[in-house]
Amino acid sequence: MLIDLVVRRCAPALIVVLFAGTAFAQAVLPSEFEFAGSWGPIGTEDVQNDSVPVDYLGLALTEEGRMRALSYDESQKSMIERQCQGWGASYAVLGPFGLRVSRQSDPTTNRVVSYTIDAWEDWMGMTIWMDGRPRPSEYALHTQAGFTTGRWEGGALAARTTHMQAGFIRKTGVPLSDQATIDWRFFRHGDVLTVLMVARDPIYLVEPEIVSKGFRLSKTPLDFRDPCVPGYEGREPGDGVPHFAPDENPFLEEFIKLYHLPREAVLGYRETLYPEYRKKIKDTYVPPPPCSADCGVAGNFVLRRGPTP
Amino acid sequence: MRRSLVATAACLLALAGLGAPASLFAQRQGASARDAAPIDLTGYWVSYVTENWRYRMVTPAKGEYRRIPVSPAAVPIINAWDPSADDRAGNQCKSYGAGAIMNVPGRLHITWQDADTLRIETDAGKQTRLLRFSAPAEKSASASKPTWQGESVARWEQVAAPEKGGSLRVVTSNMRAGYLRKNGVPYSERATVSEHFDLTPIPDGGELLLITTVVEDPVYLNAPYVTSPHFKKEPDGSKWDPTPCSSTW
Repeated sequence: MLIDLVVRRCAPALIVVLFAGTAFAQAVLPSEFEFAGSWGPIGTEDVQNDSVPVDYLGLALTEEGRMRALSYDESQKSMIERQCQGWGASYAVLGPFGLRVSRQSDPTTNRVVSYTIDAWEDWMGMTIWMDGRPRPSEYALHTQAGFTTGRWEGGALAARTTHMQAGFIRKTGVPLSDQATIDWRFFRHGDVLTVLMVARDPIYLVEPEIVSKGFRLSKTPLDFRDPCVPGYEGREPGDGVPHFAPDENPFLEEFIKLYHLPREAVLGYRETLYPEYRKKIKDTYVPPPPCSADCGVAGNFVLRRGPTP
Repeated sequence: MRRSLVATAACLLALAGLGAPASLFAQRQGASARDAAPIDLTGYWVSYVTENWRYRMVTPAKGEYRRIPVSPAAVPIINAWDPSADDRAGNQCKSYGAGAIMNVPGRLHITWQDADTLRIETDAGKQTRLLRFSAPAEKSASASKPTWQGESVARWEQVAAPEKGGSLRVVTSNMRAGYLRKNGVPYSERATVSEHFDLTPIPDGGELLLITTVVEDPVYLNAPYVTSPHFKKEPDGSKWDPTPCSSTW
């Protein structure tokens, strides 16, 4: 009790003694931060890439991945059995929603057992196991959410997701195989949470898909929509699965023409991710005409989904 | 009450005992920012453009400002963007200022200019940023004049022992008015840029530099503009390719 009092009395003075004389500015961070809470999407970065059917910008796809992506028809989501299928783990950052995080602790030791990121209407949520439990056998069941373990490392929360079902890494049908692995880093700086996703896939990705997305701590809990409820959208049970022959995708040229983008960039070729590529296309690129519609939102900027402070 | 007095006395004694501070903390007190760096940012880094591709790798259409929370005051400026006028005025580097430069695809070369100043050079636009950990004793007259890269004050944020690691926090102000995007989305001289530099290993090998960047501008932004460009570490400078500023590309 007395020792505790001495420590509390001393702490502020000790900090002054330790750092007052330093020649440069420095601060000490806790090794763990408060992750639980509601994090609203900031939405100032273009990470979704789902506004047109064929948009593989920023990806390094294998030939097989590209072919599968081009064969995808978004009308698949009109099939009643697929409407509520949802999206895989990567949708945590690629989707438009915020993160509502809760902490589960051992009632005896008070140690954190897991963090849970709540599901959305089209995302299954994620549980990050923090208790050091072993990863399941490679033959264990793969699920849409996969299996995720985490640990604190250098002041950030590091996590890894495996055991995912084959699914998609973009809503435009870019596939992710069941052999994929996703590594996460959650950095908190003040009220801003930056989530870094590094997705690797030996089948469909030549290089990792690396996406970082910002969230801001919300003073009020995020409000999620009702769960997905399937309904008739024009496709009868027993109808075939909508798809395209990969070389006959009618949307192939849409994005290219709309923004005068190079074909190899839109189709996710590796070289387009590096600065050298800018030099390659510099003399052939023709800017699109001035924007005339849907150019941005000025004025009282309000995020469309989820409140922020 | 007595317990409190005893605690205070014990505390004072303990602090006095830190007259050992001379020996115990001398290193820390005398240490430079370079010596105390919890993470090593030095080396060559290359942009890995997996997000905001359409706004970074090519020049977007004139008048487009999607995903930037601009104020109404910015819209006429956006719509009046005239790169040839920038050329004539010698403002080719307007989209290479501290508010945007980390999002410009290219390479960084990070070195210690001196023990308390981290230097970031960019091959795109041939810019140099100086991140100062200790404020200069006196500001020179020229120091108060806004520049493309402004004045950057840096601070290590070190994770409490026994853990290792940390982050670099940088706040930049006193910038010349510039563009957040090549197509003329503006920020004013009153803008500030707050950044955190974080490192993380790439699972298959290598290292990634993530820079969480928050631009705030009371004139042309209605909300903070947050981006997080990332870079892969390169073994050497063999791909370093300095190119001058361009107002159109």
